[in-house]
Amino acid sequence: MSAITREDVARLAALARIALTEGELDVMAGQLSAIVDAVAVVSSAVDEATPATSHPIRLENVYRQDLVGASLSQAEALSSAPAAQDGQFRVPQILGDEQ
Amino acid sequence: MSQDLTRLTAAEMASQLAAKQISAVELTQAHLQRIDHVDDAVHAFLQVGADSALAQARQVDEARARGEALGRLAGVPIAVKDLLATRGVATTCGSRILENWVPVYDATAVRRVREAGMPILGKTNMDEFAMGSSTEHSAFGPTHNPWDLDRIPGGSGGGSAAAVAAFEAPLALGSDTGGSIRQPAAVTGTVGVKPTYGAVSRYGLVAMASSLDQIGPCSRTVLDAALLHEVIGGHDPFDSTSLDEPVAHAVDQARQGMAGDLHGVRIGIIGELRGDGFDRGVLDRYAEALGVLEDLGAEVQTVSCPSFGFTLAAYYLIMPSEASSNLARFDAMRYGLRQAPEGGPVTVETVMAATREAGFGPEVKRRVILGTYALSAGYYDAYYGSAQKVRTLVQEDLAAAWEKVDVLVSPTCPTTAFRLGERVDDPLAMYLSDTATIPANLAGIPGISVPIGLAGDGLPVGLQVLAPARADGWVYRVAGAVEAVLTDRWGGALLEQAPDLGKQQGGER
Repeated sequence: MSAITREDVARLAALARIALTEGELDVMAGQLSAIVDAVAVVSSAVDEATPATSHPIRLENVYRQDLVGASLSQAEALSSAPAAQDGQFRVPQILGDEQ
Repeated sequence: MSQDLTRLTAAEMASQLAAKQISAVELTQAHLQRIDHVDDAVHAFLQVGADSALAQARQVDEARARGEALGRLAGVPIAVKDLLATRGVATTCGSRILENWVPVYDATAVRRVREAGMPILGKTNMDEFAMGSSTEHSAFGPTHNPWDLDRIPGGSGGGSAAAVAAFEAPLALGSDTGGSIRQPAAVTGTVGVKPTYGAVSRYGLVAMASSLDQIGPCSRTVLDAALLHEVIGGHDPFDSTSLDEPVAHAVDQARQGMAGDLHGVRIGIIGELRGDGFDRGVLDRYAEALGVLEDLGAEVQTVSCPSFGFTLAAYYLIMPSEASSNLARFDAMRYGLRQAPEGGPVTVETVMAATREAGFGPEVKRRVILGTYALSAGYYDAYYGSAQKVRTLVQEDLAAAWEKVDVLVSPTCPTTAFRLGERVDDPLAMYLSDTATIPANLAGIPGISVPIGLAGDGLPVGLQVLAPARADGWVYRVAGAVEAVLTDRWGGALLEQAPDLGKQQGGER
């Protein structure tokens, strides 16, 4: 498996919405390469015929009655918001100028 | 004072409370005092709620005086890992990003503890978002192992384990994604249980890896863990992965084990979890524990689980993949930290990136980025897809094992507690702590760690017992049997041999 470059980390960090510093990019490129080298062994353990398991205990179709239950009040839902106004979450501009 | 109440087991506390020999207020005060004396040195707690704990204790005493029917553990105090939502009490997950988050609801496990009349002493320290094996990744500083304050208490639930080991609480709640209850139990000489996946509701648990996370009890004895298991277990409509089945008879099974008969019980030694990578001192105690099992009449044989050679690798793909998705909720919009970018446009995207840079620590960033990589186009099949297939192999190996044996055993952790700082900059070395505990999470099966003595370095060693899914009672029975024999042999609980922190008064730290 190819090593993870500094540019790879920068691209992944952008996708993950973490504004890493220049120093962090350097450190993480080395660490992630070592980790990926170590975990890549999984592909040698299995073949195409092996089915995948996504969940430890198989459960299907968990339904409940379609009834109104207790839920948070608007004030409770907004109580931890970094900013709120007029009973709503107040957020920064959603689209950048170029979008 | 005639007796030090904090030294009692939870079961003893419960019976003295029920007999009105002690009050819940007295018992809670004794623990708050102990926290006051030792927690500067141990740092098991991120927050202590003395007033609310005493108020809960008072309510229990009043209810008892009125002759009301109370739960078995009513009045026995408890500590709660800081990733379980507690209404009106800050829940930080050991992270700056949630430093000021005060939930408006209780996790189901917390609600059940409150309804059982158990005063909540406070919230315990942990690796940030439960990512780590030492508590060194807590944004608020590490917890120290009560056996040696220069060593790690395990992780991620090092705070809960240390609180119990240092007699600051008789019981604590933990969560186990790859060993975060069992590994801290092993290195602090305490008991920790990861129940069957779905046996305890995850509602209100801040998620790391949803298909692996499980809440469970931390305690000093097997019986105490069983008592707490029965309080928190059971179906919850708020968690669609919660099993709609009766709660395990953990207490009965623990008592049956403590009675000391394992005739006819078939025990499998996991062939892949011994030898290379395991310390001599750990293997010596493990060999003795296997001898105890044989002495009690169990049939012990070696069982091979070849897929276990790949479980660490599979875990470090599945867990970061699920974590990168789960932690996307920390977007600086609805709760938690909001940090403005230093320059450039201020948009939702730049604010989110600046907030996560400021609010997440290095291990969280590492895992989120690793998960983003493992899930990205072109790599998905080789990494995440293969890891999911390894999970099938683990299930198949275990299904074959259960044809031959009732429980599987291994050392809980390959080493005793390592020194603070020793592995914090070497993620791969840190990950090795979880070698023996991870398979249970991948398979959803129950597991316990129970103390089996001290290695040559004077530090505790744990035995792990694993059982089939939904057979949680087995782990209590076998661990209870081992505990009863060894406690008798030692002439008292292993923790009696730990340093008396009370005399230090936290002066050194």
